[in-house]
Amino acid sequence: MIDIEIDGKKLQAKEGEMIIQVADEAGIVIPRYCYHKKLSIAANCRMCLVQVEKVPKPLPACATQVTPGMKVFTQSPVALAAQRAVMEFLLINHPLDCPICDQGGQCELQDLAVGFGNDTSFYHDGKRAVEDKDIGPLISTCMTRCIHCTRCVRFGEEVAGLRELGATGRGEHMEIGTYIEKSLRSEVAGNIIDLCPVGALLSKPFLFRGRAWELDSHESIAAHDCLGSNIYIHTRRNQVMRVVPQENESINETWLSDRDRFSYLGITQATDRITQPMIRQQGKLQAVSWQQALTHAVKGLQQVCSQHGAEAIGALTAPTCTTEEAYLLQKVMRGIGSHNIDHRLRQTDFSDQAYDPFHPGINFDLAALEKFDRMLLVGYNIHREQPLAGLRVRKAALNGAKIAAVSLLEHQYNFPLAEHKVVASNELIPLLAGIAKVLVNAQGEVSAQEQALLKAIDINAQHQELAALLQSGEHRCIVLGALALHHPQAAIIRSLTQLIARLANANYGCFTDGPNTAGAHIAGALPHRMASGAKVEKPGLTWQQMLAKPMKALLLMNVEPEHDVANSPAAMAAVQQAEQVIALTPYLTGALAEHADVVLPITPFAENMGTYVNVEGRWQSFRAAVLPQGDSRPAWKVLRVLGNLFELNGFGFESAPEVLAELREHLQQSDSDKQGQWYCPQTLDQHSDNLERVTECSIYAVDNVVRRSRPLQDSLTTTSS
Amino acid sequence: MELSAKARAEIDKWLTKYPPDQKQSALLPALHIMQDEIGYLPREAMDAVADHLGIPHIAVYEAATFYSMYHLHPVGKHKISLCTNVSCMLRGCDKIEKHLKQRLGINFGETTADGKFYLEEVECLAACRNAPMMQIDRTYHEDLTPEKVDKILDSLT
Ligand code: SF4
Ligand code: FES
Ligand code: FES
Repeated sequence: MIDIEIDGKKLQAKEGEMIIQVADEAGIVIPRYCYHKKLSIAANCRMCLVQVEKVPKPLPACATQVTPGMKVFTQSPVALAAQRAVMEFLLINHPLDCPICDQGGQCELQDLAVGFGNDTSFYHDGKRAVEDKDIGPLISTCMTRCIHCTRCVRFGEEVAGLRELGATGRGEHMEIGTYIEKSLRSEVAGNIIDLCPVGALLSKPFLFRGRAWELDSHESIAAHDCLGSNIYIHTRRNQVMRVVPQENESINETWLSDRDRFSYLGITQATDRITQPMIRQQGKLQAVSWQQALTHAVKGLQQVCSQHGAEAIGALTAPTCTTEEAYLLQKVMRGIGSHNIDHRLRQTDFSDQAYDPFHPGINFDLAALEKFDRMLLVGYNIHREQPLAGLRVRKAALNGAKIAAVSLLEHQYNFPLAEHKVVASNELIPLLAGIAKVLVNAQGEVSAQEQALLKAIDINAQHQELAALLQSGEHRCIVLGALALHHPQAAIIRSLTQLIARLANANYGCFTDGPNTAGAHIAGALPHRMASGAKVEKPGLTWQQMLAKPMKALLLMNVEPEHDVANSPAAMAAVQQAEQVIALTPYLTGALAEHADVVLPITPFAENMGTYVNVEGRWQSFRAAVLPQGDSRPAWKVLRVLGNLFELNGFGFESAPEVLAELREHLQQSDSDKQGQWYCPQTLDQHSDNLERVTECSIYAVDNVVRRSRPLQDSLTTTSS
Repeated sequence: MELSAKARAEIDKWLTKYPPDQKQSALLPALHIMQDEIGYLPREAMDAVADHLGIPHIAVYEAATFYSMYHLHPVGKHKISLCTNVSCMLRGCDKIEKHLKQRLGINFGETTADGKFYLEEVECLAACRNAPMMQIDRTYHEDLTPEKVDKILDSLT
């Protein structure tokens, strides 16, 4: 620690820190454009000039290291004159078109011009103009406004790992752009909108829609991946206007993925949103009151119950539901007498479900992702599944971590890989088994069971290489993504990877679907577990079994049979065959319009309140940012009324927090095993040698809201060429 | 576009001069090699260089647009670079300029209809001692007079 002084304030600074960092820490304002705490130091804007004692000329605070006894003046006449001069230079070529610029009111240039600039300029010549670039459907450009701070360029190069923007030309002719016309490919590109200190890079969907000062800001949690990024939902007159990141160093840092940023358009622009309850009468869906719709639903279900028994009813929900909704759904179902409830709709192998931990997830902090020095990614298309996790792993890679990826498809990774293996679906298990065997041989400490399992495996050089990677280093981890978890033999894959993790003394994690796989597990939206992990003596049916049977009545919550289930043909057939289909959904898809008997309009994320549990097991509650559209209602309210109409006990909840409180109470009382056990497969043999279809859920197809965001969909088509 | 065997060999020679993880150091010579071969730098050539050096395409575009000696569009067979900086100006480069423009029928930044000559204006080429001067391709021509310019141009095929 060294002592320095800024504006007469005595401060302690770490060796090697820059003046601006110490000042920021102490809350002393130094104006800046190019400096950003998450980016490298470029020192090209000179806005941060300050005076330092015994130095004849002003120095850039962002690029001047502190030295013992240094005295810095940010407000001295020298500093102020320098800042003013820089401001004047920057404005020479700036159009000053604030009245028609979206950045107005939230613009760093505007703020600093007011705070540090002159009221007039000596410059009377013509200003340069720069052509705008088309960089895709998400980001709009107005390049004449650019002040060449290069934050956007550095973001691409350093953080995203996909350098698409650059500074071409020289001097007066320098321009920020892509040189050739192209859409940005990065799945986190939207962050340059926040980074750009001026109005050069703006949100295209938000363009000319509103002013910063008209917006209300609501804290919330992003609803499209298991990280649970913190966001602000900006609204105006009960309409969602845009979504921006809320800083949370331990989850999303200052960033947000494009999916979380632009998904709200799936709420505001959807064409098939429904806001009226409907029931089928004479073969047609007719709008009715909530009262009618709910009684109709209950009557229908009761009828099925009395004719075929409660086991003929099944409930499906997606991991986008809140923990409260999942809890109430299973409470209703179990109240009627059926354990047929599932939310794991993209998984296909449940043979190890009895051994599951309390909830799937990772046994380390998200922030630790950047600290590992050895990593094995299995079937994990990280940048497309959890884009911000990709940024963390990239940091690890740049710090020298050796990372190996094994998958069934060729994924693009924006960081260097030590090993990249693409194997056929039926080669994955032998590969993992081989790695495990190398580790077993090295350690020797294994049970007879494990030994027997791996007995027939022959080790080859590939196994040795990958095992060697996990035997070196200090902090190791092995993580699984969708292609591993959705694999037809995911149970064996989990079993082997857990074994590898144990033998290699590595951390272990599964990056799960949707925002709330963990919450839905804890809430008990599972056929074999009740709330807080309590075991079900005679487990109900998994979604696969429900569809295969098929159910006489289906309760669908936030599930579109066409898109949300791994086996969509089976899902379509099941809704067609069921006598009663009750759909709680914000949108009416073709299949639901054709086959649903009761449609109950529920609210998508911004209109809903609840709790998501992220992949680390972090509970994050959020409130609604806007009121429900039309007559739609949050699903937890609908389920509460359903419970009451069924005359079930314990549905007197007044609010979502009360639901959560009840779940927490269960949790406190439960003594169920939180860890889970290791599942030992009978054999490592493959089911078949038949051709297997390996498909990924596209990044912008993961849930009903994202699928309806036009700009996100368009961004896929413009970058696919 | 694929690099020609010759271009690849020449670029690889440059690459041996730099550490293996600093391949982009060879970018400027690589671009010259491509320009010598093709006459200018089409985008495909820049992409090929980027891929060969393992750097982002935009990094090559940045360098190629920064330096004025790289041409991003086709130019004439011979490149005439006339210095119009102070010393040359004092020594009468405007006369040379007029003569060149008249004889070739083009302005600065243009190529003759037959594709033989490209004319450009440059800053001091450090031959002030013998101003006025011009550079044609890789050769300096100094102490210019209109007659001398004619002779030089006539001699070029
Ligand atoms: S576009 Fe914005 S972020 Fe990028 S260099 Fe220009 S001012 Fe900076
Ligand atoms: S912030 Fe220091 S030079 Fe730009
Ligand atoms: S001024 Fe022309 S060569 Fe120097």
